[in-house]
Amino acid sequence: MTDNRSAGSTWSADADEFVRVEDVVKIFGDTVAVQSVNLSVRRGEIFALLGSSGCGKSTLLRMLAGFEQPTSGRIYLDNEDITALPPYRRPVNMMFQSYALFPHMTIEANVAFGLKQEGVPRNEIHERVFEALDLVQMAAYSRRKPHQLSGGQQQRVALARSLVKRPKLLLLDEPMSALDKQIRQKTQVELVKILEQVGVTCIMVTHDQEESMTMADRLAVMTEGQIIQCGTPQDVYTFPNSRFVAGFIGSTNLFDGRITVDEPDHIVIESDQLSRPLFVSHGVSEPLGMDVHVSIRPEHIRVLREQPLVEGNWAHGMVSHVAWMGSYVRYQVRLDSGFMLEANVPLMVQDPATAPAVEDEVYVSWAADSATVLPS
Amino acid sequence: MKPMPAWSRRLLSRRLAILPPFLWMALFLLVPFLLVFKISFADLRFGIPPYTPLAQLEDYTLKLGLHLNAYYLLFTDSLYIATYLNSIKVAAVTTLCCALIGYPMAYYIAQSSPRARNLLLLAVVLPFWTSLLLRVYAWVGILRNDGLLNNFLLWLGVIDTPLEIYRTDLAVYIGLVYAYLPFFILPLYANLVKLDRRLLEAAYDLGARPFTAFFKVTLPLSLPGVIAGGMLVFIPTVGEYVIPEMLGGADTLMMGRIMWTEFFNNTDWPMAAAVTVVMVAILLVPLVIFQRNQLEQMNAGKGGGDAA
Repeated sequence: MTDNRSAGSTWSADADEFVRVEDVVKIFGDTVAVQSVNLSVRRGEIFALLGSSGCGKSTLLRMLAGFEQPTSGRIYLDNEDITALPPYRRPVNMMFQSYALFPHMTIEANVAFGLKQEGVPRNEIHERVFEALDLVQMAAYSRRKPHQLSGGQQQRVALARSLVKRPKLLLLDEPMSALDKQIRQKTQVELVKILEQVGVTCIMVTHDQEESMTMADRLAVMTEGQIIQCGTPQDVYTFPNSRFVAGFIGSTNLFDGRITVDEPDHIVIESDQLSRPLFVSHGVSEPLGMDVHVSIRPEHIRVLREQPLVEGNWAHGMVSHVAWMGSYVRYQVRLDSGFMLEANVPLMVQDPATAPAVEDEVYVSWAADSATVLPS
Repeated sequence: MKPMPAWSRRLLSRRLAILPPFLWMALFLLVPFLLVFKISFADLRFGIPPYTPLAQLEDYTLKLGLHLNAYYLLFTDSLYIATYLNSIKVAAVTTLCCALIGYPMAYYIAQSSPRARNLLLLAVVLPFWTSLLLRVYAWVGILRNDGLLNNFLLWLGVIDTPLEIYRTDLAVYIGLVYAYLPFFILPLYANLVKLDRRLLEAAYDLGARPFTAFFKVTLPLSLPGVIAGGMLVFIPTVGEYVIPEMLGGADTLMMGRIMWTEFFNNTDWPMAAAVTVVMVAILLVPLVIFQRNQLEQMNAGKGGGDAA
């Protein structure tokens, strides 16, 4: 394999860069699981690989752990090429999906396993095992077997086991998938706190966008073996670069349209799904006449009883469903074009007494700076 | 008749469902064993049947005769004691050989692709399609002084005079290991194929080399399979008759052969019965271990299911 570090690469040099995945490709038989992925993760960062099942995120994680060899490309960790290292020689530890705790060993023996392989002296092993178990508040359970613990407790033991060797890089494979929904959110925050306390660099894989947004400093959205967008959760949510990302991260209303007017401070888009033109205020580089998609998040849409007095950015329709979600009301409005629009209105804004009900005629409107134009 | 409530009908039908196997066991296992047990306390006599009854009515007196001479002989005659010890030794060595040969085979089959697995498993059970007697005769043909093996080695020039294998303990071991190997492989395979690959990956991830991972993870987790296979080999081997009779020498002492001799050559039914009763008692020990192992496995599975 050739070293393409000097070739025209897609990442920018970063002083804090700790993990670098370089043009990695993985082919199984005749399926391409991962195609030409470049990735850069900073020291101490929690980075999420987000995508639906079969998008290649797990394969990428397994290559970072050393369970799979890339078909081509290199992986660097702390300026060291680890591409060819077997898993047992990498300073990388993984917390497995459903944890893979050794069922025949006690909790203490599970956590001590990795240190024993390193040949750490006995008394130091004991010290470090209990340090790790204290960190996850499981020291009291050291004599139990894994099957005697609840799912959440098993997860914390698995975390202790993967941290006790003080890896340079921690990998989390769907860390919350084996937990009940009720305890997930609490656990996500706890996990992040522990990771920040330890200061370990962490790459996690998840299909749950909420999980990645709660936990990660940055995330990469993957589909069909490729990373299509990478950035902070806020950036990716606010400025999705494609229909796929806009639909995958949070829910959104997507309109198909064409740019008809291009002015310095705004553009106008005509859409068959909207009777009125769309005004988008922020700069768009797409040429006039081009087919584009427009994404408007449900929380940016207002539901009104009177017709707005402006020329565009509104539509007429009928409420087809109302759901009280606690802190907000979710409306589904069937527009005159037949388009089903979703709007989330905060309860602070919406007085329940005067709120539109099912089959009421309403107007929906949004601000010119809340629509995002997507070229693909 | 009053209609029964639904729950009680369900209970009844459940009991009815387990009745046939219970009857079967009682009729064909428990009753014969009790008969043998009874005969073992009788005394030898000429006639039909060739043993004394336990209870006899004579001059309005019920005479109960429990004869312990068979057991007395059993525990004092060094021949019987040596036979028991030798049977256990033969069974133990056979089980050990089956483990050493069978473990790698079961492991390899479990690691193969599902397609190859079926073929390999078929190869393991294929010998069962032929009668055991026929297969043991084939071994006679192979191991005899002028048999296939010796002729082949002579032809190769490895040996000058034929190896004396036939009618020795070695021939018995070869025959037993050959015949019982599948019984070791199958339960062990069933265990190994269920082994979660992620546990091995977790071991690698934590710094264990493949060799260490095998001894620290695969081997301990496959122990229930090893015990199950071991019992399936050990228990029938202790009482095996056909293979030691056909391949072993006159000095190959095995319980099965002693029983045969007592029953058919000496027509000493009480002695044969006593040999059998003691053998069953000896075999109860590994059987209890086997049962406990099965039970523990079931409980462990349940526990794991609850936590997950």
